[in-house]
Amino acid sequence: MALEPALRARRDAGAKLLVTYMTAGLTDDWVDYLQVMVEAGADAVEVGLPFSDPAMDGPTIQEASVRALARGVTPGSALSALAAREQPVPLVAMTYYNLVLRAGLERFAARAVEAGVTGAIIPDIPLEESAPWEDAASGAGIATVLLAAPVTPDDRLALLARRSRGFVYGVNLMGVTGERATLAGSAKVLAGRLKALTDLPVVMGFGISTPEQAVEAAAAADGVVVASVLMRSVLAGAAVGEVGAQVADFRRALDEG
Amino acid sequence: MTIAGANRVEMAEPSESGRFGDYGGRYVPEALVPACAEVEAAFRAAWADPDFVARYRGLLADYAGRPTPVTECHRLSAELGVRLLLKREDLTHTGSHKINNVIGQGLLTVEMGKQRVIAETGAGQHGVATATAAALLGLQCVIYMGEVDTERQELNVFRMRLLGAEVVPVRSGSRTLKDAVNEAMRAWVSEVETTHYCIGSVMGPHPFPWMVRELQRVIGDEAREQCRTLLGGSDPDLVVACVGGGSNSAGTFAGFVGTSARLVGVEAAGGSAVGRGVPGVLHGMRSLLLQDEAGQILEAESISAGLDYPGIGPEHAYLAGAGRAEYASAGDDEVLDALSLLARTEGIIPALEPAHALAWLVRATRDGTVPGGSTVLLTMSGRGDKDASQVMSLLGDRVGLG
Repeated sequence: MALEPALRARRDAGAKLLVTYMTAGLTDDWVDYLQVMVEAGADAVEVGLPFSDPAMDGPTIQEASVRALARGVTPGSALSALAAREQPVPLVAMTYYNLVLRAGLERFAARAVEAGVTGAIIPDIPLEESAPWEDAASGAGIATVLLAAPVTPDDRLALLARRSRGFVYGVNLMGVTGERATLAGSAKVLAGRLKALTDLPVVMGFGISTPEQAVEAAAAADGVVVASVLMRSVLAGAAVGEVGAQVADFRRALDEG
Repeated sequence: MTIAGANRVEMAEPSESGRFGDYGGRYVPEALVPACAEVEAAFRAAWADPDFVARYRGLLADYAGRPTPVTECHRLSAELGVRLLLKREDLTHTGSHKINNVIGQGLLTVEMGKQRVIAETGAGQHGVATATAAALLGLQCVIYMGEVDTERQELNVFRMRLLGAEVVPVRSGSRTLKDAVNEAMRAWVSEVETTHYCIGSVMGPHPFPWMVRELQRVIGDEAREQCRTLLGGSDPDLVVACVGGGSNSAGTFAGFVGTSARLVGVEAAGGSAVGRGVPGVLHGMRSLLLQDEAGQILEAESISAGLDYPGIGPEHAYLAGAGRAEYASAGDDEVLDALSLLARTEGIIPALEPAHALAWLVRATRDGTVPGGSTVLLTMSGRGDKDASQVMSLLGDRVGLG
């Protein structure tokens, strides 16, 4: 399912967007976790394709990556598992550039599309380096979601908002992924700057750990990404239903505002 | 002597996007783009500022002990059938070429108005050098070191702490050098307003590969002049240095790239990024990397922690592709033999890293790859003190100390 139309439709219908995250290959039944997230109200799911050197990720996603790699997951096996079960919401691949380069840009994009992936987030290619991938992705029908940071200057933010596809990913804070006690003050500022620049859905992520924080971040934007708190549960052995209930809590809070 | 016409390859400034040919670039998260641009602008200004350069050269002279000598190895030369000259970076303060880089980046940190430096370290040489420069310049210092390495290099951890640095053991991934780089990158993102990331080699995002090569070119610039004095106005036939990330070799080659000297970089056999690597992106740069078929980065393995890096600086990947420098490798056993040989014939105990360069030279003189009578400049990038206990356990039986 195409990313941008799906998110726009939900946003324009008055909903706050909930994007969740699942590390591919983390457990045997990882696709069940992904599916329960969708059933519990996720509007899109990021599928983390684990990389050996996840330099933008904090301890939880690192641990999830290490464990999934130790279980033998590869980008190919992860995408095959996705292809086997069609989802009613868009899937967004989240990975690091080396895995994409190694497969070949066109080939990676084609395989992702076959698996039902319609978006991609690759945090280690900034604007200056992302054009070759953006071209390959758009040729295959994949939206490349660009990340904006609190320190991104105005002119650059405008360019980034113009080039991003699907949605714009606002990074709440200066730091890596992972839970935080409170929502960073920089989140609302960046959300406001992005909303003033673009009609594309603006989704905020990094450090969103509770439904309250999700509501707070979403208030200034169109939605949120929730990742580490969910992966901490899976790492701790939470059952599929428990993770579904966790996602439902976020959904309810966002719907109630 | 210079190489004529079309064959000429320079070690000049990289392109605007930080590329040496197809390699290099700036593959960092958006949050680090402004910081990389700031470092680039600050270094560009400082390197063109006679005051800054005078301060840098002043500290290299009065504090680090430059210029380092070039030593002619008479006994070893006779044994190998060549004329061997060593560029003695082992005689600098802190015992390796790393000091050249950290003094430059330390001064730049002050210039940028930052009060803190962070760095990665493998064996601890760059960590000790960074802690040294930080103490000298009154900067706070945090060193990220893989937990495996903190255990293997306890003495260097103590040295860094004695110099006032905080040492953070890195427990993620393989808990070695590449993970220490990841952790330093993660820390830099959250502290970038107050903190400079003092990368230890010619690697990382633009401008680091270029900046670190410029800060290390003093090795090659000095050596070229010293060789001309010793060789009656000629350049050496062969210039050899070891390569992990490749900073001492980049600094050495920068002095000789415009001559007709044959340039050879020697990697550890277990970490041979030119020999076995594939182009990819890691730690902010596109270069040759050891990786599996899916693109996961592999561990480098050798007895020398300083060469245990799964990649190579992007300019080396470029020089290899352009054919201006050759890259070979040396295995653990021949490295230990070369280390013993230099100790016995010249009274110099090298670090394990430059012992790789020597091991290749010994092999190359014996198999005829290097013709008899050649003049050779080899960069002795560091002294062997740091490796003494490891070498003792590896060689003890052979020299009767085990």
